[in-house]
Amino acid sequence: MTTAVITGIGVAAPNGAGTENFWAATLRGESGIGPVRRFDARGYPARLGGEIDDFDPAEHLPHRLLPQTDRMTQLALTASAWALADAGVEPGTYDPGETGVTMAGAFGGFEYGQRELENLWRSGPERVSVYMSFAWFYAVNTGQLSIRHAMRGPAGVVVGDQAGGLDAVAQARRNIRKGARLMLSGGFDSSFCPYGWVARISDGTLSTDEDPRTAYLPFDRRARGQVPGEGGAVLVVEEAAAARRRGTRIYGEIAGYAATFDAAARYGGERGLGRAVEAALADAGVTAREVGVVFADGSGWPADDRAEAETIAAVFGPQGVPVTVPKTMTGRMSSGGAPVDLAGALLAMRDGLIPPTVNVRTVAPGARLDLVTGVPRPWQPGPALVLARGRGGFNSAMVLRPGTAAPGRTGAAGVTGREIPTRSGGKRHAADDTVGPGGDHA
Amino acid sequence: MVITGLGVVAPGGVGTKAFWHLITAGRTATRPITAFDAAAFRSRIAAEVDFEPAQADLSHRERRRLDRAAQFALVATREAIADSGLEPDRFDPTRVGVSLGTAVGATCNLESEYLALSDTGRDWVLDHRYASPHLYDYFMPGSMAAEIAAECNAQGPATVVSAGCTSGLDAVGHAADLLREGAADVMVTGGTDAPISPITVACFDAIRATSPSNDDAAHALRPFDRTRNGFVLGEGAATLVLETEEHARARGARIYAEIAGFASRSNAYHMTGLRPDGAEMAAAITAALAESRRSPQSVDYVNAHGTATKQNDRHETAALKRALGPHAYRTPVSSIKSMIGHSLGAIGSIEIAACTLAVDQGVVPPTANLREPDPELDLDYVPLHAREQRLDTVLSVGSGFGGFQSAIVLTRLGTGPA
Amino acid sequence: MQQMTLSALEEIMHRCAGDDESTESFQQAPERAFADLGYDSLALLETQSVIRREYGVDLSEQAVSAAETPQQLVDLVNRWLSAA
Repeated sequence: MTTAVITGIGVAAPNGAGTENFWAATLRGESGIGPVRRFDARGYPARLGGEIDDFDPAEHLPHRLLPQTDRMTQLALTASAWALADAGVEPGTYDPGETGVTMAGAFGGFEYGQRELENLWRSGPERVSVYMSFAWFYAVNTGQLSIRHAMRGPAGVVVGDQAGGLDAVAQARRNIRKGARLMLSGGFDSSFCPYGWVARISDGTLSTDEDPRTAYLPFDRRARGQVPGEGGAVLVVEEAAAARRRGTRIYGEIAGYAATFDAAARYGGERGLGRAVEAALADAGVTAREVGVVFADGSGWPADDRAEAETIAAVFGPQGVPVTVPKTMTGRMSSGGAPVDLAGALLAMRDGLIPPTVNVRTVAPGARLDLVTGVPRPWQPGPALVLARGRGGFNSAMVLRPGTAAPGRTGAAGVTGREIPTRSGGKRHAADDTVGPGGDHA
Repeated sequence: MVITGLGVVAPGGVGTKAFWHLITAGRTATRPITAFDAAAFRSRIAAEVDFEPAQADLSHRERRRLDRAAQFALVATREAIADSGLEPDRFDPTRVGVSLGTAVGATCNLESEYLALSDTGRDWVLDHRYASPHLYDYFMPGSMAAEIAAECNAQGPATVVSAGCTSGLDAVGHAADLLREGAADVMVTGGTDAPISPITVACFDAIRATSPSNDDAAHALRPFDRTRNGFVLGEGAATLVLETEEHARARGARIYAEIAGFASRSNAYHMTGLRPDGAEMAAAITAALAESRRSPQSVDYVNAHGTATKQNDRHETAALKRALGPHAYRTPVSSIKSMIGHSLGAIGSIEIAACTLAVDQGVVPPTANLREPDPELDLDYVPLHAREQRLDTVLSVGSGFGGFQSAIVLTRLGTGPA
Repeated sequence: MQQMTLSALEEIMHRCAGDDESTESFQQAPERAFADLGYDSLALLETQSVIRREYGVDLSEQAVSAAETPQQLVDLVNRWLSAA
């Protein structure tokens, strides 16, 4: 069957906008979680979030796009240009009809939506923007990315909370198998506005802890909820033979995927995460023993953590595989979280370093996990498993297999790992960072 | 991939029977908006579902917990499951999945909750103490797929597909893809939307996409007509039980029709504008026919997107000519939106339900309100009256904001590739 | 009511549709088509709505779509304002 590989990565995350900024911060263990500043959150029981501070859309996008886009679309558009530049794809590399976009979004452009709801109800229908009709709907990023990069092939949009981020990338693989040569795929969410915040509070899973170092501690005995983040990642998914022909670096292959649903609440069945893992491994033709790392969902809610830890231990054996949750440095980015984890897994393969789970010190009793805490851990890159669960019972699992360095290209290899950067804690300040790589594509 | 169960909630009457009766009679369900006071809006008409949640057998808790769109989906799903004869203990739940389309999700409840939280728009920083405990479910419409999956005890893959106005079609296409891949044996699939709320009406007012024919609601949505002036918002849901032919045969299920091919394309042109040549919709049609192993000449009927905006009807006509060649002139093309409005992410699946019944019953539903042909549009749009005709291969197309263009092919089972 | 100037229209359109330094200003190119200046039909609809609000001029959709250049739109608005 046709193989789908990943050849480009664009990340915008709270601990780094730009793939290398994100990755360097992640290896240093730098968290982007801090007090929410985008709006006045003082009156809410949860006040911490992962915000992307050092991102000015006007620096990255044509100004004509700004009045018609929500922040999460601005992030996605920018990251998509980074991903294409990273893959070395330019207009003309492929026929536009062979290229497409499948993105996940959980909330749509909700900050935009809240503003227009306010315009409607304070000032009347004629004050609602002409752009509202598409700026807030869930399909907006697929539409805007396809226009921006003139991709006239397959198009898709899925919503499955956190799990949707993997479902979208699986859809990209499906489209490659159906004949597309290149797909942009991933997920983004933001909705860092009062309405988005109140909606998350209603979910009941937000941590009310006010210390950024202890608010989100998946698998820790002190776990007490999660912290939301904004951002996500765009991946360039390419048909393997076409990618090889143009001699580009291949980060890795989308080797396996499966999704299941927990109807357990009503029918007393088992949780479906384990089935998703088993089926994704089978789809990849990879045994549990071969898997070198698991990027866990890491909900931060004790019951969910326990279920996930039991699943991992059941499949891989107690302490049977290194497990990590770099989301501890970004917060949970809804549909953006899993694509960022895919990016992290691919970069871990590139550099031979598993990124750490920060702040977690004592794994909860009974969680028989080999959690990579504190500092990155060198590894011999092998298949990686990325897990994502969405509220309501969605489970998705994806297996990535390391790619091969293209001959004559540098920066792709390095199995023994780079020098481990020094760790510095706390909220990163953005002034010394440059956003990159690349600029506008198109 | 065969269709073995149907459920429809549409304007003009809840249930598949009422729906089919309405659209084959050529009656319209568009009328002045009753859901809220629409006096301040440009377009004040809609195709509303007369939906009494209690009569629809929704429990108190379901009525409290679920947005109107989720309620529609649940009612349509219960009808479809009953129609399919799937019995809870006679299938493997891990082999059943859900793919549900919605364009705007729980927009009704998001707006009403906003009014409470903001004190009718007064406050930017909202007061969380007034929030519904179910607000996150309204915020993240994947919850609707979760609701349907829990209802059916579906433990396979579940997702919401939200590609704007092609969501309902794309969701069914996605379900067919998953069955073909072997990810499930049965997919409960369809679409739902309940967009008749002030914010959605204002959105379409702002871009002048909806009809301002407020004084003649019953004839406001006039696809392919020279006097057409936009669509009328609708609402509703349709659910299909889709399964592999092998699975359907093994349980002796009645088979309505087969989903033979599906494709989606982006026009990469404009978020609301359409390229006049219809190239991407034509590409989607061509790809869907290829997957079906059917020729353009085999198409017996096209269920059009037919929104009655100036540009859509031109675009679509161009796309059909491009994809079907001279055969386009010989093929009946109709828009059931003329009767039940444009229900955004639901309509694609409602149209597939119509196509399913068209194949099953041998009837082409008409385009209502088409009295003055547009000289620019020269296909056979089946004006006003339904036609009896054997249908072996049916094409349904959709087009939406964001540039989405989709096509799906239904065939009568046992009719081989041309 | 004071008349509308080209630069006032340009300011409104920047607000509605974003500024784009790569195109000429309305002063420099009063007769360039909106499409060539990078403004689409949505930008013009949004502009029409702001003009209604700020100048009290309720232009018809047909009239606005007939105005293809900044100068034509300014003239249209000013004819209204003079007649009022």
